[in-house]
Formats: sequence, structure tokens, C-alpha cells
Amino acid sequence: MAHIQVPDGVPGIRSLVMFRPESGQYLYELAQLLLRGESPLTEAERELIAAYVSSRNECVFCMCSHAAAARHLFKDKKQVVDIVLDDYKTAPIGDKLKSLLNIAGKVQKNGKEVLPSDVQEARKQGANDREIHDTVLIAATFSMFNRYVDGLASFTPTDPKAYEEMGARLGEKGYVLPKQS
Amino acid sequence: MAHINLPEGLPGIRGPMAFRPQTAKPLNELAEVLLRSENSLTRGERELIATYISSLNDCFYCQHAHGGIAQHYFQCDINYIDAVKKDFESTTISIKLKSLLSIAASVQKGGKQVTPQQIEKAKNQGATDFEIHDTVLIAAAFCMFNRYVDGLGTWAPQERDIYVERGPRRAQEGYLNFDLYK
Repeated sequence: MAHIQVPDGVPGIRSLVMFRPESGQYLYELAQLLLRGESPLTEAERELIAAYVSSRNECVFCMCSHAAAARHLFKDKKQVVDIVLDDYKTAPIGDKLKSLLNIAGKVQKNGKEVLPSDVQEARKQGANDREIHDTVLIAATFSMFNRYVDGLASFTPTDPKAYEEMGARLGEKGYVLPKQS
Repeated sequence: MAHINLPEGLPGIRGPMAFRPQTAKPLNELAEVLLRSENSLTRGERELIATYISSLNDCFYCQHAHGGIAQHYFQCDINYIDAVKKDFESTTISIKLKSLLSIAASVQKGGKQVTPQQIEKAKNQGATDFEIHDTVLIAAAFCMFNRYVDGLGTWAPQERDIYVERGPRRAQEGYLNFDLYK
């Protein structure tokens, strides 16, 4: 049961933004811009970073929903998502994405964990300023979303099918503020 | 030197916001609604939560920028803010605010660290669902802002007086449509 009175049966962050749309609208605007707006990183890559950070923060709702979105967007390469969540270093992804996931993982712990050598490695692998910026901001943003979702003990579905549907919706429609019930 | 090429001379979060204004917009709108909009928690209380979280995350810029603003609202001196950061239980802030800061401290560690007992204690002190919601979201949001500021290796002026001196102006101008360069 959530720590506050939110709409019944509505999962995760959706229940929270329905409780408080005044702040929820900006959370959704940020998610839409960061994960679906113009970026040198693909939407699939950005969802993968989000899922990765969420798994490190042990937020089941966020990890499952964004992993599902990433699988939807990776299409026939979707198996890469679970390999990354298990151990990105061995995943069949490019070295640039690996270097960005390394940075994201450090941001998840604390911003100061990101060292010049981490950034240097990312640049060596071809990452530009914008890609590094977006990686840091996505990791920072999910460090917020994960704490918000679990901090208020919002409802976390356990059925994988529920997340598959969420993933397809997120993949197709992006982040649309839910209407009040 | 920051990890990426940010516009010159902008401290803390201002550099990254100037680098990418499109994402700065919802970040600032979020700060404005959370910290300054109509709320049963005072602006001072909310800035204090932000300051406290930023000190737990060891983010120099954020804790001093918001500490300076909190100081203005509380009309107290810098030692009072320092005392809250160090050990809020021993200060004269309200028991309700202490119960909310405990919840915020748990959020900083991880969402699941918030216990039903902490929530009950806050409710027993009169905290409403809105106040608990906002405490958790402010704490979570500052875990984001602190990581953004430090994750990009931004610089910040080290003289604490600067932040105290600017507190009143920052409190007045708010988080929307302010000049990044002033």
C-alpha cells in the first residue's frame, strides 16, 4: 500500500502524478524531452540507460517499465536489454554505449564518482558533449524517479505482461500525463 | 574544469542549463512548483529540505545556493542552517519538520529506505499526504539536481558569503525566467 492516498490499482509513477499533477506535468515533460526529444543518442539507447540506472537503484517498477520500452524500441535486437541489465560489459553493444553506461552507473552512486578518466574514455569511444550531457541528466533524472516511485511505496505490478503493455505504449506514444480519474 | 564544454563563468547548474535550455525549462518549472508555489509547507521549510538533501549528497553548490535562500526565509544566521545540516534533531525546527527531514534522509539513501513508521510519525505530527508527497519529491528531485551539477564536474564559487548575500535576490526572482548570467 502506498504511503499516501493515491488512486487505487494505478501503478508506479502514474498514481503519483495523478495525485499531484501540478508537479507531475513537469516530470512527464522532462521524461518526454529527455527520452524522446532530439538527441544524438537513439530512443532505444536512452531507455536502456534509464533501465540500467533503475536496476542499480533497485526500483522494480522503473526498471521493468523502461526495460520493456527499450525492448520495444530495440525491436529484433531486444535481447540486448537483458544482457545489459545483467552485465553491460559483456553485452553486444558498441564501446561508446558501454562508456556512457559506465558514466551513468557512476552518476547513480553520486555525481562526484564521475572522473575525468571516465569522460576521457567516452570521448575516446566517440562520445560528444551532448551525449555525455544527456547520459548524466538521464541518470540523474532516474535517480529522482526511482526515489519518488519507491519513496511513496507506489504499487509495483508483478505480472510481466503488464510491463510489456507499458513498454509498447511508452515506445509508441511516449510520456503523456495520465488524465485524472 | 567541467567534463564538457559549458558556457564560461556560470556556476553550478547554470552552466548545464545554458548548455541545454530545452531541458532546463521543465527542471526550472519543477523547482518553481515544488519550492515556491502555494503550499502548507512554507518556502523556508521546503528550501531547508533541499539544502539538507544537498548536504547529504555532498553537493557544495546546491547546499549553499539553497542554504542561502533558506537562511533568508528563516531570517536566521548561517550557523542555524549549518546546525540543521549537521544534526537537525538538536535544533529548534518544528517536530513535524524534523519528521519530514527524517523521511527526506531516507529518500536520499533510496526510496525503499522510507519506512511506514517514519510516515506514521510524520502523520502523527500533523503532516498531510500533500506534505509527505512533496517532501519525498523535493528530496528525490535534489538527488537529481545534485547529480546533474556534480556529474558534469561544474565549478562553484567557494566563498560561502556569496550565497548568503544572494539569498534574498534568489528568493525573490524564483526559478522561472531568471537570467542565468546574473
